[in-house]
Amino acid sequence: MSTSAAEAVSETASRNARAHREVIHRHAWPVRLTHWINALTIFIMVGSGLNILNAHPRLYWGQAGADFDKPFLALHSWPDWLTIPSYTDLADARHWHFFFAWILVVNCAVYLTWSLARRHIQRDLWPTAKDLRAIPRSIIDHIKLRHPKGEAAKRYNVLQRLAYLGLLTLLIGMVLTGLSMSPGFDAFAPWLVVVLGGRQSARTLHFLFASAIVLFIAVHLIEVVLAGPINEVRSMITGRYAVPREHD
Amino acid sequence: MTIITRRQALIGGIAGSGLLLTGCSRIFQADSLTESASFQRVLAAAQSWTLATQRLLLAGGQMATEYKPSDISPHFKANGTYNPGGEYYNRNVAQGFANWRLRIDGLVTHPLSLSVADLRRLPARSQITRHDCVEGWSAIGGWTGVPLALLLRAAGVRSGTRYVVFYCADNLDGEPSKGGEQSPGQYYESIGLIDAMHPQTLIAYDMNGKPLDVAHGAPLRLRVERQLGYKQAKYIQRIQVVSDFRSISGGHGGYWEDRGYDWYAGI
Repeated sequence: MSTSAAEAVSETASRNARAHREVIHRHAWPVRLTHWINALTIFIMVGSGLNILNAHPRLYWGQAGADFDKPFLALHSWPDWLTIPSYTDLADARHWHFFFAWILVVNCAVYLTWSLARRHIQRDLWPTAKDLRAIPRSIIDHIKLRHPKGEAAKRYNVLQRLAYLGLLTLLIGMVLTGLSMSPGFDAFAPWLVVVLGGRQSARTLHFLFASAIVLFIAVHLIEVVLAGPINEVRSMITGRYAVPREHD
Repeated sequence: MTIITRRQALIGGIAGSGLLLTGCSRIFQADSLTESASFQRVLAAAQSWTLATQRLLLAGGQMATEYKPSDISPHFKANGTYNPGGEYYNRNVAQGFANWRLRIDGLVTHPLSLSVADLRRLPARSQITRHDCVEGWSAIGGWTGVPLALLLRAAGVRSGTRYVVFYCADNLDGEPSKGGEQSPGQYYESIGLIDAMHPQTLIAYDMNGKPLDVAHGAPLRLRVERQLGYKQAKYIQRIQVVSDFRSISGGHGGYWEDRGYDWYAGI
């Protein structure tokens, strides 16, 4: 048998195998669109944010804090391969950061409006009482790298729900801590900076929330790879998702 | 199956780290984008969105938060120029700024020339506010001075006025100007009329109850509380009322603005 014939046979076989897998429409187009805008935006926000942080890589707690004050966290400069732009330039980094901050805010607003109106958050993300009871089992499944199959794979598991809701909360937290670093916005809403414990506390929280988002992204990417990267990424591009079969 | 997915995970992880190690900036060609004038114009749109939004939110003339005396920072970090030096400034320091003049001119009906003693005789305002540097740090200080609005009313602002420009005695010559030729290193700043007329905008002469020291802008500095630190011009000699600042120095309305920083520093 020639190589091409072998390939043709194996291709037919795999096509047949795939044909048996149920394909569902997993992600609605607003979710897919806002997901990719969000991915690009967060990447740029983290890179330009680290460049901005390099101008004064010390974090404080309270309203004020500068060289003479005791830092809450004294960091080192972030390397140029992590920052946007790669060279240290506070003015340019701020241009990137504030342009994409607007994109992030608009994108999050679109997502939240659509998701609440179409009950995506209430139906797909908000955990049910049954979900919450399944947390210990879900943790064990995740540790053992066991992924849901069949009917269970058609809905988000409880850790996924909590992670996505957590990300949403963190993004709102990023916007609020970011805004409260603006002296103009502080004059408009002085209560916000008070709630956050002061302007320097808000700056520290901005960094800690961003770190939590980076941690989310790392776990998210690992999970995508473990759950089958092609199927997962395709489902976020075209919406079509092949449900893993019980016997796989 | 688990073995395969683990291998996939490993491959994915290596591919992902490799992509990251090539550099965040390189993935998006961020450096060449930053250097492109047309991309900078796209990014600059955000500055006008922020300005328009904050002008709308602050249309009520809201005040910056004022703090208690106990909140004052024990060490208020000085930044930029610590001492303008030079024969002229040093002589004025030696004279206790007795001969320092503040000129107010430009689009005004009565140009003024005031001494520090003249200013101290005018109605004053004291406020304890937070100073936010563009670099990220903050310090709280108490300021006493003459509301700029009072001086501008005395000088009689003519119609067509849009900006107030502050000329300083310090020269920060080290840093090249962005976008073209080297602009003079003399520090200057400008604010819009809305901020100039705000009750908390002062020509300050006292800091924490004592005359301003050299590091913090003696004898006169600007306080424009709803904006960042680089707008708070020190060592002020002249206030010019203008309709346009494009012909002044580098043309962007301030020393740091000529070096790429945003003119509107409310964020």
